[in-house]
Amino acid sequence: MCLAIPAKIVSVDESDATAIVSLEGIKKKISTALIEDAAIGDYVLVHVGYALNKLSEDEAQRTLDLMREGGLLGEELAEITEGSQ
Amino acid sequence: MKYVDEFRDRAVAEKLAATIAEEAKGGHDYYFMEFCGGHTHAIFRYGVQDLMPANVHFVHGPGCPVCVLPVRRLDDAVELAERHGAILCSYGDMMRVPGTRQRSLIKAKADGADIRMVYSTMDALKIARDNPDRQVVFFAIGFETTTPPTAVAVLQAEKEGLKNFSVFVNHVLTPAAIGHILDSEDFAPGGPARIDGFLGPSHVSAVIGSKPYEAAAAHYQKPVVICGFEPLDVMQSVLMLIRQIKEGRCEVENEYTRVVTRDGNLKAQALVDEVLELRESFEWRGLGPVANSALRLKEKYAFYDAEKRFEISAKQSRETKSCECPAILRGVKKPTDCKLFGTVCTPDNPMGSCMVSSEGACAAYWTYGRFRNKDQAKQTEIA
Repeated sequence: MCLAIPAKIVSVDESDATAIVSLEGIKKKISTALIEDAAIGDYVLVHVGYALNKLSEDEAQRTLDLMREGGLLGEELAEITEGSQ
Repeated sequence: MKYVDEFRDRAVAEKLAATIAEEAKGGHDYYFMEFCGGHTHAIFRYGVQDLMPANVHFVHGPGCPVCVLPVRRLDDAVELAERHGAILCSYGDMMRVPGTRQRSLIKAKADGADIRMVYSTMDALKIARDNPDRQVVFFAIGFETTTPPTAVAVLQAEKEGLKNFSVFVNHVLTPAAIGHILDSEDFAPGGPARIDGFLGPSHVSAVIGSKPYEAAAAHYQKPVVICGFEPLDVMQSVLMLIRQIKEGRCEVENEYTRVVTRDGNLKAQALVDEVLELRESFEWRGLGPVANSALRLKEKYAFYDAEKRFEISAKQSRETKSCECPAILRGVKKPTDCKLFGTVCTPDNPMGSCMVSSEGACAAYWTYGRFRNKDQAKQTEIA
């Protein structure tokens, strides 16, 4: 129920607070009543036909970096294990 | 898909798994409640449980709005369509949930009631516009994520003067449920179940922010990590929880920063505050009555309140006998502890809400078949 899908805004209609998003090539009209300043090219989380929030590209990258960093220990472990064999 | 595929990367998952295994060493068991059904499904669909060391356990929470809706409210919705002749608009998730005597919306529809599945509140408004001579009721369910679209629909109906539109409000609140669970005897010291920390809601938090959990984390001394719905999000959040516990911290941390901020979506919150207010008490399936855990329309918007527009009769609503959904929703039993699971209760013939909903714990166990592997392993052992 709370699932929401990231989709890219391809056009905006400010007159009725809607936008067209592209989801894997499928175009869908959604409401932008819940977010500020919807703009073409923004990635938004779509939930029951509404854009719930914008996604932050910088934060997504930061999280991925953290995950890869968090995994370093695993890599080191593998190296140690390989080294001891 | 951007923002999805990169959070399912197998190589990163393997490294994270190794790190978690290393950090979780030390003889302690860790019990983490994933509040949301979305997390339960990520854990089973992507095999996250299998990547965890044996001492890291997931406790499945009540975060599936379809699952926690008491049978009585579903029976009321059927009554709105059948007795009052309204067009009842419902999200698809709700259609096959069995009510009293196994009666679901889809069965009532088959019997002639005008029940329509909608994707969005905008669709329900359109149905109201297209049917000016009929009453149209939107069956509003869901957590904080799904509440703002309901508020928008009520404001839109008022703006357009749609007099035949009303809403049957069943929106529930997450932080109240977390407090209720931790106050229950089940999770008291020495009780039958245990929680050491929470994987906090993803999209609920996108709306309300991470701030509303801070009081609970401090009061109950349980760490909370707001966690995205992708498998790497779940693993990273588990790691963050283990580190908090090892360092003796009980804070609200945010793993899902690409969407969630501390304050959340202020515009959505303002719309909800305009239209809805707290209910003193609301019954949750499994948890019973929970204080200040749900919303209703404000007096100002009473005209759009289906509970005021229609007289809803008192009725004897009943759960399916032997169904363990209530205990599963409280996190004290697993689907495999229910004797109906996989025997009479399957997604094709669901007895309880946890098997119907795509986010229910029973559906997750059944769909991804992991319980079968365990059965096979047991049989091999015996052989």
